[in-house]
Amino acid sequence: MSLGTKKFVITRFDPDRDTEPRTEEYEIPVQSDWKVLDAINFIKDEIDGSLSYRWSCRMAVCGSCGMMVNGEPKLTCKTALSSYGDSLTIEPLANFPTIRDLVVEMDGFMDKFQKVKPWIIQAKERAVEEGPQHQSPEDLQAFKQFSMCINCTLCYSACPVVATDPEFLGPAAIALGHRYNMDSRDEGADERNAVFRGEGTIFSCSYANECSEVCPKNVDPAGAVNQAKFNAVVDWASSFVVKREKE
Amino acid sequence: MTDVCRHDVIIVGGGAAGLRAAIAAVEADPEISVALVSKVYPMRSHTVSAEGGAAAVARDEDSLEMHGYDTVKGSDFLGDQNVIEYFVEEAPKELTRLEHWGCPWSRNEDGSVATRAFGGMTTKRTWYATDKVGFHMLHTLFQHSMRFDRIVRYDEHFVTRLLVDDGNVRGVSALDIRSGEVRAILGRSVILATGGAGKIFPFTTNGRIKTGDGMALAAAAGVPLKDMEFVQYHPTGLPGTGILITEASRGEGGLLKNSEGDRFLVTYDYGVGKKAELGPRDMISRAVVQEIEAGRGISGPYGEFVHLDLTHIGREKLEARLPFVLELARTYAGVDPLTEPIPIRPVVHYMMGGVDTDIDGATSLPGLYAAGETACGSLNGANRLGSNSLTECLVFGARAAQHAVLYSRGSSEGNESALLAQAEAEAARVSALRRHKKGSEKISTIRRELNTTMEEGCGVYREQASMLATVQTVASLQDRASDLRVSDDSMVFNTEVIAALEMKNMVDVAQAVSVSAAARLESRGAHTCRDFSSRDDENFMHHTLCYLEAGGPRLDKKSVHLGHWEPEERKY
Repeated sequence: MSLGTKKFVITRFDPDRDTEPRTEEYEIPVQSDWKVLDAINFIKDEIDGSLSYRWSCRMAVCGSCGMMVNGEPKLTCKTALSSYGDSLTIEPLANFPTIRDLVVEMDGFMDKFQKVKPWIIQAKERAVEEGPQHQSPEDLQAFKQFSMCINCTLCYSACPVVATDPEFLGPAAIALGHRYNMDSRDEGADERNAVFRGEGTIFSCSYANECSEVCPKNVDPAGAVNQAKFNAVVDWASSFVVKREKE
Repeated sequence: MTDVCRHDVIIVGGGAAGLRAAIAAVEADPEISVALVSKVYPMRSHTVSAEGGAAAVARDEDSLEMHGYDTVKGSDFLGDQNVIEYFVEEAPKELTRLEHWGCPWSRNEDGSVATRAFGGMTTKRTWYATDKVGFHMLHTLFQHSMRFDRIVRYDEHFVTRLLVDDGNVRGVSALDIRSGEVRAILGRSVILATGGAGKIFPFTTNGRIKTGDGMALAAAAGVPLKDMEFVQYHPTGLPGTGILITEASRGEGGLLKNSEGDRFLVTYDYGVGKKAELGPRDMISRAVVQEIEAGRGISGPYGEFVHLDLTHIGREKLEARLPFVLELARTYAGVDPLTEPIPIRPVVHYMMGGVDTDIDGATSLPGLYAAGETACGSLNGANRLGSNSLTECLVFGARAAQHAVLYSRGSSEGNESALLAQAEAEAARVSALRRHKKGSEKISTIRRELNTTMEEGCGVYREQASMLATVQTVASLQDRASDLRVSDDSMVFNTEVIAALEMKNMVDVAQAVSVSAAARLESRGAHTCRDFSSRDDENFMHHTLCYLEAGGPRLDKKSVHLGHWEPEERKY
């Protein structure tokens, strides 16, 4: 069903030509069941082939198509067009350098992601012959929510700390580190807590909770950061106590 | 001058097969240098969209023999039986590795890994992590891969050509999407793991990136594509978008119903009896089409559909087992599966065919390997069983890597100046494309016409006349696709150039599909031809090989590896 036309004010930036970002307007016919991404694809296919952005799965799981829609970070393939008025502004995700148009640079995020050691750490690696480990449904539940992150990075665009401190590990990376710390199969919490207490410390989080509000997957990174902070402190304090006892 | 990077093993594609291959390569040889080249960041790979599960024998009631038999029967006896035997044996080990690496498999009360029912599988052997199994497997693999410095990632690099010298593949040329430069990535062996080609069809579960790149790269280097006529339609996709509603929803008790509210699958005699919804995908897709043709479909803005009814399953089980289905149906179909049925129709999901490989993933070009959906190692024959493909990515990604590592040890460096000349030629080709503002064909028009003709000729039901018409149309589209208009002349993140390169790959793959389909004068598995309604073992118990040559496509045959299971009528 047609929903008439809507105007899209889209940020454009081509480093080959532009010294700073500019905007371009497109007025297009839209359908009532379209997501924001469908409109952007229409513009790309039918009006302006040079518009650059990332997208793939169009089912809210690959995490590529995050953009600022009317100033809020959104996964555009999951965001219904019908909830907006006649005009929308589309910008690249905030708090990231822009490569071009709506494409942001992911290098910093990928580095932070790797820094939290997002893999199972065990003192002795298991052989395949030992078979799968047992893990109770309750133990699975303890970290499951934090394993649902699709790395869309909307939380970095919403985070007031990331905005001022680019070194801050940020919501998704901390939630991921915490996910492994909470996994009953993992023995690497000491290593990760040391990372959490180090540079770009998690303690700069100001409990703004914006990250959890914009998360399209209900991962609750703010909850993860809070728990991780607490655990990192307890871990540090108890290591201190153990050391003292040894003395 | 072209930027040159040197490694031992080069992997193209960062999904489940590519990542498993990368990890297996460094496991096989800790000194080895691996390049992982992907046109997207690995966690964006289409593995992420797989939902229902991964198959491997896990329970005492089950056996490797049963998994093997189900798979060969599902393949309509076109699967290679040595490959199937190896697969079922390795499958539990691979899924166990994923468990050790942190995959959040769903659990039974006692803490053991849970399994669910799937179509064509006679017992519960599909491991799952709710209904986001591809997502969890991909992220587990990607995160685990970050442990290894020997895996060097080339994110957002689009491979344009295999570099070949003296009859050996020795690298790839890759367009760095961010900078616009073409690099020569040289190595001693190359593994293609780029996934499928669903985007040559209009209605597909596949994401934007599934344009058959690896298949086209291999074909351009003279390697045959095998069994390309076998295209899997998944019976339950959302009309319009094609978004997948997992087969696990039937495994967990979902029922297909027609416009009269009848559970119509029980009337189609493929012999599953009361468990009609657990039939294999090819048969259920045909039943849905027949039901719609009989006038018992429901009309919608995107054509006729039928219903997938989950309402009787109950909130608790649906939220625990199928949370993604709930999210997808609510977000993309506007229905709440707790109280309403979901509109569904058959939708292109998976290519059984692909780059012809042997059991080791080796192709006819020395040094070139392939794994996952890109490859056709003939595990799946004429029809893949649901939940075998995620496991396939692991089993054969690992095996291809082990053999690629062995090969790289014995291989010489090749003539570097000849390889760089090829990369330079690619840089010139990309550069010309970037300035092709006067091209006469619009990319989106070619894509639309390609999609239309592929559905007309190579749909669920095929007819000789329409297949031949599609062969002709695709040939003319191939011609037109050589003159695509590219309005974007920027070096930086030029997605229009990528779309043009992808379009070339798509028409090549479409040619292989349509030509292979038109030559199979029988009905087997997913290839159902109305003119030849039964399976013809006497004349067609063979694989199709399709070579894409300068003078046009050329077909050949390859024998099926039999020996363990005697071909029989496929009756459920």
